[in-house]
Amino acid sequence: MSLLTVHALEAFYGDFQALFGIDFHIQTEEVVAIIGANGAGKSTFLKALAGQIPSRPDAIQWDGAPIGALPAHRVVQQGIALVPEGRQLFRSLSVEENLRIGAFAKRPGHWNLARVYALFPALYDKRHQPGTSLSGGQQQMVAIGRALMSNPRLLLCDEVSLGLSPLVVKDIYNALPAIRSEGVSVVLVEQDIDAALRASQRFYCFMHGKSSLTGTSGEVPMHRISQAYFGAQETTA
Amino acid sequence: MIEWIDTVIQGVLLGGLYALFAAGLSITYGVMRLVNIAHGDFIVLAGFATLPLVQTLGLHPFVALPLVALAMAALGYALQMGLLNRTLGPDILPPLLVTFGLSIVVQNGLREAFSADAQSLQIGEWQTASLQLGEAVAIGWFPLLVFVVAACMTWGVSLLFSKTTVGMALRATSDDPATASLMGIRAKHVYALALALSFALMAVGGVFSGIRTTFTPDSGPVSLLYAFEAVVIGGLGSLWGTFAGAVVLGVAQALGAKMDAGFGILAGHLVFLLVLVAKPNGLFARK
Repeated sequence: MSLLTVHALEAFYGDFQALFGIDFHIQTEEVVAIIGANGAGKSTFLKALAGQIPSRPDAIQWDGAPIGALPAHRVVQQGIALVPEGRQLFRSLSVEENLRIGAFAKRPGHWNLARVYALFPALYDKRHQPGTSLSGGQQQMVAIGRALMSNPRLLLCDEVSLGLSPLVVKDIYNALPAIRSEGVSVVLVEQDIDAALRASQRFYCFMHGKSSLTGTSGEVPMHRISQAYFGAQETTA
Repeated sequence: MIEWIDTVIQGVLLGGLYALFAAGLSITYGVMRLVNIAHGDFIVLAGFATLPLVQTLGLHPFVALPLVALAMAALGYALQMGLLNRTLGPDILPPLLVTFGLSIVVQNGLREAFSADAQSLQIGEWQTASLQLGEAVAIGWFPLLVFVVAACMTWGVSLLFSKTTVGMALRATSDDPATASLMGIRAKHVYALALALSFALMAVGGVFSGIRTTFTPDSGPVSLLYAFEAVVIGGLGSLWGTFAGAVVLGVAQALGAKMDAGFGILAGHLVFLLVLVAKPNGLFARK
């Protein structure tokens, strides 16, 4: 049985429908990438998984239990943590407080302050600074560390590479194996297709709120991915 | 000269009472951008709620105070959960209208229950006893107690915000309730805790105010005005700023009254307007 199974998930912002029947699953310790153009519904999908957008209870099955209707503050207690797009650190909180508030749900497990600092040593010296005073890459490390502090079984990462230099992106992706080895599954939402496919075992490509292609990362030829990513036009090489 | 020093000291001590009025307003605005128009009426309600405990049960007002503070905190929690959470949103008008309505309900409810007569709370000889410092300066023990309690409360609440998990959750929710929910924080519960804290502080202000002077069901709006002025003078978002703003207001009123007995309240308003013109963000605003 999958850790998380999504079946025919729909999502709405008011009258506007953003997702049209998404099917998705992820196993324990698996890294799955979701790629797609702007507005394809990737972030909406993660928000729905995290409970920020309500959905049908049985559209999202977590460990066999329907959690689609749970609000966000209950979903994190189940062991699903979201690293939101744009990092969204709390500006009134120091780096360390941002990390500590991540443990608010009080889930027991591997991750604590010391282990997050071991994973991202750059944060330790800046732990008393306001979280939002750090560089973009370090803020992203705080956002990931904050999510890990809730000891999730599933980590949802929304565009962690957005606006960061390639070197910093590499630093952040280098932390993935350590996170996975603690039994955490990871969903990576990315616009950077190469980075996403390198870091994941499987991928989904979203287009216009639907899953247009899914497969094993590295085994699906690029022209099929471009087709699923951009739509109708056939790429001839 | 020495008389003016005495006046300033009396003003500073009066500022302690205003700080108790203002702290709750500062907290609710800081955490959830709620301006509670009924703030002053709930301060008066706390005073009236103390009356039966003192007059019927014979409790000393200082003994009744913790009970009233607890009851007010519970009322604040219930009010936020049951009513005010439904009014919060991108539009700031609904909470203003609803708390304006509450203000009318509380005033008229108190008039029904206690009549429009002026009431006061008695603490015996402590009410007037004072510490004589030299010829012209006398510090009343009770105003001094009010000031010290206000400072301790401000200190305690500041510590609560800066050092505890609840305080972190309050700050995080104030920054970004949607992201706070991802941490497992339920914003509505946090808002209710903030109003409970605000109401407990109001209770302290209401009881002390009732000992210092008389109160009627109509006294609320004036307390709201002083609280509001203290918050704005001090600058939004800082409890010590609010405390300092309250002291500035108290000194302005005392100095004004010293110049002319009828000029006191007006002097406070003028200082408030002056600050609004010169430093609209307040004298001690957090950047």
